[in-house]
Amino acid sequence: MSMDRSVLFNIGLLLALLLVVLALPEYHQGNFARIMVLACFACAYNISFGYTGLLSLGHAMFFSAGLYGVGLTVQLLEFPSEIGFLFGIVCGLVLAVAVGLLALRTTGVSFMIVTLMFSQAFFLTVLLFGEFTRGDEGFVISQDKRTFLGIDLSSDDTRLIVSWVLISLCVLGCQVVVRSRLGKVLVAIRENEERTQMLGFNVFRAKLSALAISGAMAALAGGAYSLLFGYVGATFASVQYSIFPLLWVLLGGTGTLIGPLIGTALMFYLIDISSEFTTAYMLVAGIVLVLLTLYVPEGIVGTIRRRLAPWIQ
Amino acid sequence: MPLLEAHGLIKSFGGLRATDTVDLAVEPGTVHALIGPNGAGKSTLVNLLSGRILPDAGRIVLQGQDISKAPAYRRVQMGIAYTFQITSVFPNMTIEANVELAAMARHKARDAMAQAVDHALETVGLSDRRQQLAGDLAYGHQRLLEIALGIVQKPSLLILDEPTQGLGDAEVQWFVDLLKSLRSETTLLLIEHNMDVVMAVADTITVLQFGRVLASGDPESIQSNAAVQSAYLGG
Ligand SMILES: Nc1ncnc2c1ncn2[C@@H]1O[C@H](COP(=O)(O)OP(=O)(O)O)[C@@H](O)[C@H]1O
Ligand SMILES: [Mg+2]
Repeated sequence: MSMDRSVLFNIGLLLALLLVVLALPEYHQGNFARIMVLACFACAYNISFGYTGLLSLGHAMFFSAGLYGVGLTVQLLEFPSEIGFLFGIVCGLVLAVAVGLLALRTTGVSFMIVTLMFSQAFFLTVLLFGEFTRGDEGFVISQDKRTFLGIDLSSDDTRLIVSWVLISLCVLGCQVVVRSRLGKVLVAIRENEERTQMLGFNVFRAKLSALAISGAMAALAGGAYSLLFGYVGATFASVQYSIFPLLWVLLGGTGTLIGPLIGTALMFYLIDISSEFTTAYMLVAGIVLVLLTLYVPEGIVGTIRRRLAPWIQ
Repeated sequence: MPLLEAHGLIKSFGGLRATDTVDLAVEPGTVHALIGPNGAGKSTLVNLLSGRILPDAGRIVLQGQDISKAPAYRRVQMGIAYTFQITSVFPNMTIEANVELAAMARHKARDAMAQAVDHALETVGLSDRRQQLAGDLAYGHQRLLEIALGIVQKPSLLILDEPTQGLGDAEVQWFVDLLKSLRSETTLLLIEHNMDVVMAVADTITVLQFGRVLASGDPESIQSNAAVQSAYLGG
């Protein structure tokens, strides 16, 4: 990848983020560790939604494929965390390809519904096997199992650094994808699918690749979440966690590399602050979504890109 | 051997036979015009050839190879480029990015790609607008961009569906010159309602009516064909 403005911009922002989070008080450091891991999930969603135009309502299943793929193997089967982590990512990848092979035969609203149904089926499966998954209540991964390549993931400091490394890898990884031949085809599909096909591109295969990358990255986020925070629960497989990445990406800027991270952070604090006043914090999220689509449809970074810096990727 | 052949193509929409047992042979290096009244089935026929829709029956052969089952994108890769009757470009991308994308499907090497892009833009006369957004272009220029998307792929057959539709007289003249200059590069299958354009560029004309081939031959024989005159040319 050539080191141009857009790459340097992302690297600069990520380094600035590191300095800021290191200087934050402890409570906010804890928040940011979570935000950065969830932002990896947002980046994953952005590949399929932001760059390819696939509006999935089922990404919770990919995140939880990683969450449970890692959690169950490490806690119940006592896999080493490294193997469990790889297994979790493969779970997300395989699930995304399997779902994609069926769901990508549909488009638009049908695609939303099909992905939603698959994800609900996944959620119900998690509840069905409550004996192992402990359903809504979830289970904890014991502290001794949460070391990775010799690093203790349960300490607050390493957690912060590891989350930062993960989001940096995801942002820059997405940049590599976006700049590749595949990335160009994905944007072309988003802009005009019919024309893209009639230029000789295998549109189905490109969309399946996008979903595979997205599913694997979402599972990476889920797997990392289980190891870093030591908790695995069915909430993460519920529809709420399919809506969240959509909100994060819309708020930050669809089809921008850094937007998902910014959107995740803002939404996290919005809900954090509003939940002090009301239990209806999802209502707050809903209102934000309505306001967004009405007034800043391109999201924060998308708007900045259009007004000030067209070179942002 | 013809470049492209169709044998007994049939396509129905509900009860309507939009393409009714059509045989067609496009000879390499020619301009083959497809004419006929509105609703005669011209667009449906080229959609069948390009693979955008599948026939109910019949065979399509490209350079001796049966491509009836090949998906549209494969046919494009095999050399059938297609331009839409209703302009279809990437409005949020620059002209250059549009043409580069089209070139990317065909050319792997960067040099070959850049050269093909330059050549295509020069051929259609859009070289000095490379950085303009395709969506900001005037209608006539968008039609030219469509053609650039086709020729940058260096196709063996370029299908043009009513390229001069909605253009002014001066622009139409420009298009006639452009079509003539394309003849040396590729074979053209041209749907065109403007008979002056057809007579100026076509080597072969096929006339469709109610989904059937009414007549096919060189321009003189078509012009003097009694059935064509009564059905279409209005005597
Ligand atoms: N997708 C479609 N569904 C239903 N009817 C169609 C469809 N496409 C074309 N037709 C019908 O088929 C006939 C031929 O249409 P078309 O091929 O577009 O004609 P032409 O291009 O010669 O004007 C028309 O009667 C048209 O209404
Ligand atoms: Mg037509």
